[in-house]
Amino acid sequence: MTDTAIEVTGLRKTFAGPKGASTEVLRGVDFTVRRGEIFALLGSNGAGKTTIINILSTLLAADGGSATVAGFDVARQAAQVRENISLTGQFAAVDGILTGRENIVLVAKLRDVPEPTKVADALLARFGLTEAANKRAGAYSGGMTRRLDIAMSLVGTPPVIFLDEPTTGLDPEARLEVWKTVKGLADSGVTILLTTQYLDEAEQLADRVAILHGGTIIVNGTLEELKALLPPAKVEYIEKQPTLEDVFLALVGEKEASSDE
Amino acid sequence: MSKTITLFGRLMKHITRSPDTIITVCITPIGIMLMFVYVMGGAVKTSLPAGMNYVSYLLPGILLITIASGTAYTTVRLFSDVATGLFSRFNSMPIKRSAMLWSHVMTSVVSNLISVVIVILVALTMGFRSSAGPLAWLAVAGLVMLFTLTLTWIAVIPGLVAKTVDGAGVYAYPLIFLPFISSAFVPTATMPAAVRAFAENQPVTSIVNTIRALLMRATIGSEIWVALAWCIGIMAVAYVFAMRIYRRRV
Ligand SMILES: Nc1ncnc2c1ncn2[C@@H]1O[C@H](COP(=O)(O)OP(=O)(O)OP(=O)(O)O)[C@@H](O)[C@H]1O
Ligand SMILES: [Mg+2]
Repeated sequence: MTDTAIEVTGLRKTFAGPKGASTEVLRGVDFTVRRGEIFALLGSNGAGKTTIINILSTLLAADGGSATVAGFDVARQAAQVRENISLTGQFAAVDGILTGRENIVLVAKLRDVPEPTKVADALLARFGLTEAANKRAGAYSGGMTRRLDIAMSLVGTPPVIFLDEPTTGLDPEARLEVWKTVKGLADSGVTILLTTQYLDEAEQLADRVAILHGGTIIVNGTLEELKALLPPAKVEYIEKQPTLEDVFLALVGEKEASSDE
Repeated sequence: MSKTITLFGRLMKHITRSPDTIITVCITPIGIMLMFVYVMGGAVKTSLPAGMNYVSYLLPGILLITIASGTAYTTVRLFSDVATGLFSRFNSMPIKRSAMLWSHVMTSVVSNLISVVIVILVALTMGFRSSAGPLAWLAVAGLVMLFTLTLTWIAVIPGLVAKTVDGAGVYAYPLIFLPFISSAFVPTATMPAAVRAFAENQPVTSIVNTIRALLMRATIGSEIWVALAWCIGIMAVAYVFAMRIYRRRV
């Protein structure tokens, strides 16, 4: 297989709104994610991050353009794509009536993974959930729920993992836990496409960052490349490097100013 | 198929771990049955066929009410799986797209059968007796199951499109009330012409009359075909709609 894990070309999606209105959410999105990297898709609320994730995980059909995941076309080879991915959606999708262990065992059975209970115990231990393993997931804290959610995504070690805003709504401590987990995952060689509205999250985790704005990717590159887009800010006593936040705000601001003309 | 069973096992855990859903489903029909038998039974008796006890007369209608309120929970369970993203999670895994939906349908059938059995047991303590043989009971079971499937496929639709849990449950109310304007509680002969026309031509009456005839070993007229036609017809339409929405939404 090639070096490319995800290839998105000219992706378009328009949602029909009420009373014939429609919103064009994606207006030709292009990006490439290499194997084994953490790629962050950065965008504000409603930018279309979840829409992209849903198209890539075969839940939603695009209106135009194409996308491949692990070499398979998301529209024409959906079954093969599903063999190679796992989705951790924007809102933790765990079964609150089942225990933590049962949740993982369920996914293991559905994925035909041998020895489901063993797999579950290993994942529970890895995510610090061993003690809570036999408690109903509905009684977990936000951080525990998210960890269980991610643990469920790792069953069967799919090579490509989608994380849609994995830390939204978590307290700072739980956020750090999730960050640690994501870094650990990348070290084990899986490809991670994560979306976030938090600039520091992208800065912390991602090998490469793309900013989704106005339906297209307006910039795409490594952190250093993005920072180089702006001249180093005000030289006073020390040279202050622009943070990713500066880059983001400057670019989004420019774009908005130019589209207002 | 084995994936559907696995997912069905998940939902059955929901039922066994919160048996209150079954209890809630049974309480209303049992309450209605108690009220009708012990409060109005005496008055109604005069218009019943000779030798018919009222519990036995109204049990078929009570069973249909049980199923109607039971399938409201099918809607709620489905809605909550869509809302929490479990549908998205399972549908992005390498299993058949329909597995998740069918697991809900199976759960609906099984949990409703449990409720129906409970209500029948209560009716037995209230004096319900049937002289039906095994074959007739089998036919009753088949009809009850067909009716459950019909309402289940109707119930799937609001489960997939509702915006709130309350909205998801509302559709069941008209279904629960339909038996009241039918032959379920009193013979239609005593009703004013317009009401009677409605009562005699809506699906519940033919189903109730058929189940009643089976339980009482009465002759089963052409009404069984009307009952089957209603159930299968409505189910087919609901199934097509539900599937279309399912493919589009999930
Ligand atoms: N099924 C849908 N039908 C109609 N409009 C939709 C649908 N899904 C998303 N949208 C609209 O598309 C736009 C992009 O939504 P999307 O969920 O992809 O954004 P997002 O970047 O994930 O935002 P957030 O940060 O809030 O999660 C929004 O304006 C949203 O209202
Ligand atoms: Mg989103």
